[in-house]
Amino acid sequence: MSPLTETLARAKREGRAALITYLPAGFPTVDGGIEALRATLDAGADIVEVGVPHSDPVLDGPVIQTADDIALRGGVRIADVLRTVREVHAATGKPVLVMSYWNPVSRYGIERFARELADAGGAGCVLPDLPVAESAPWRREAAKHGLATVFVVAPSSTDAQLAETAAAGTGFVYAAALMGVTGTRSTVDASAAVLARRLRAVTDLPVCVGMGVSDADQAAEVAGFADGVIVGSALVSPFLDGGEGLAGLERLTSRLAAGVRAHAG
Amino acid sequence: MPDFFFPAPPGHFPDPKGYFGAFGGQFVPQALVAAVDQVAAEYERAKADPAFVARFEDLLAHYVGRPSALTEVPRFAAHAGGARVFLKREDLNHTGSHKVNNALGQALLAQRMGKTRVIAETGAGSHGVATATACALTGLACTVYMGETDMRRQAVNVARMELLGARVVPVTSGSRTLKDAINETFRDWVAHVGDTHYLFGTVAGPHPFPAMIRDFQRVIGVEARRQLLERTGRLPDAAIACVGGGSNAIGLFHAFLDDPGVRLIGCEAAGHGVRSGKHAASLSAGEPGVLHGSRSYVLQDDEGQIQEAWSISAGLDYPGVGPEHAHLHDSGRAEYRPVTDDEAMTAFRLLASTEGIVPAIESAHALAGALRAGAELGPDALLLVNLSGRGDKDMDTASVHFGLEAAR
Repeated sequence: MSPLTETLARAKREGRAALITYLPAGFPTVDGGIEALRATLDAGADIVEVGVPHSDPVLDGPVIQTADDIALRGGVRIADVLRTVREVHAATGKPVLVMSYWNPVSRYGIERFARELADAGGAGCVLPDLPVAESAPWRREAAKHGLATVFVVAPSSTDAQLAETAAAGTGFVYAAALMGVTGTRSTVDASAAVLARRLRAVTDLPVCVGMGVSDADQAAEVAGFADGVIVGSALVSPFLDGGEGLAGLERLTSRLAAGVRAHAG
Repeated sequence: MPDFFFPAPPGHFPDPKGYFGAFGGQFVPQALVAAVDQVAAEYERAKADPAFVARFEDLLAHYVGRPSALTEVPRFAAHAGGARVFLKREDLNHTGSHKVNNALGQALLAQRMGKTRVIAETGAGSHGVATATACALTGLACTVYMGETDMRRQAVNVARMELLGARVVPVTSGSRTLKDAINETFRDWVAHVGDTHYLFGTVAGPHPFPAMIRDFQRVIGVEARRQLLERTGRLPDAAIACVGGGSNAIGLFHAFLDDPGVRLIGCEAAGHGVRSGKHAASLSAGEPGVLHGSRSYVLQDDEGQIQEAWSISAGLDYPGVGPEHAHLHDSGRAEYRPVTDDEAMTAFRLLASTEGIVPAIESAHALAGALRAGAELGPDALLLVNLSGRGDKDMDTASVHFGLEAAR
């Protein structure tokens, strides 16, 4: 059983959802990003996603786009993303995923990216804009290197698409809680629970829900119907104007970690 | 057969998955798959529906003013090696460019799909104006995203869109130009896909947009081919058009794909020159990659980050190009040449002063291409140039460039 699968299974045995935190590599700096990702794992996250900053993050809202811009202006390269994966994994032993739009992976070289990610100790890749129908070359390389491939599904996905996507993916299915881009929302969209239930009908893979979750109450609510709760934009905010930086990040992560345990037992 | 609406004949690309050779496809997040599939399915039904075709034809004839004129420009041609030069006058269309052909087609499609709201992106404003016009005509709510930089460059078109009832939203992310406006429009679409149609403006984007928009623009080349045969008794030696995303060019080229004697020449915006790094010549200087939902030639770095494009023309300022052009480039059927800002502006002024026609700066790139092609091919050559739009919207840019009165 892969460390990613084992981590999700362990959370399930504990009767809770896993907490998955997302931050782009190179934000606010490469070393600062490594420190921040480690801090979320130390504060109770189970799994982290390291974003590959992209010039055109079409599925992301303004918060993550701003973070991506800062990282890119700072000169972040894929080598820095891989160093982030290596150091965070080495320091914590916990599963480290990479989340990337398809063009950077495709341009870097599918085989090369998979090999180097695996060498860095990465657990797999979340690929939000890679259609399942186009994914065979990547999945071949990912499987060869023991990497999970996580696809993102949405409330608008048909049952047939959910089944096809779940069948092609490994590790878990990333369910977008709402129709929209990443960013915090004041309430959890009702479509999230419906989507999770629809996924359960077509797959045995863990279902992790992201997009819109920003506080402990929301994490607790999502943990009531999901195997994992994914939080990104809310964790970026402490590093933007007027935020509390690392201390704020640690506090928020601790609260989110408590949130996913609210239903435990 | 319809008179004006000419869906591509069987045997032409794309394949059922939306690929033109190695280019195209549907690289969209799952949230949009259902929406693009709906557009594809509805378009297949619409183009086989006589009522849809009749309505579209009627609008093209009695609202757009088609067929547009074919104008011979001998005084301009004297500077093009003495070749005969004919202009296909898309600038005479209602709203002043070829963009209205596609905007009307997609607005009718949006109505068929029961959508009540249309969103669009625009660079120079021509597509935004055409979309706002089509929405006013059909009663659809309209929101247009426009890069903040472009809003400054094209203030007159912003006012036109607002007058037509559209909401114009400034985009402040990234390079604040067309590329970022497209990103923002995709974001809106993901969040409002239930009641909203994305009226994409060029032959790029995910399948079915490249093929569907080509079909709506194919009327340009079909008319021009027929008009030129009537006037001269023969086909042109070259059909020349500017290429940003490439919708006016594909509209012209497509009617000549099966005429091997007709050279197809696309003129890309080379800005300050392709070696300067400040250009928008995706086919001349880009590499295959994925941008805005399809695989094509893209200006990008070695790690897949999209590079900012530059052109004096806001309408050509795009770091990608339609996938069918990428295929025509790789197959060698069409040739793509870079044209610098200075070359385009020289041709811009030349057409105005020799023929009394002020072209869009986009179209001036094609005119510059014609000056070069005429010099190469000589006085026996017959050149067809697509004058895709008129230059009213570009007068501020031109005034500054030439130091005219309005700029002082």
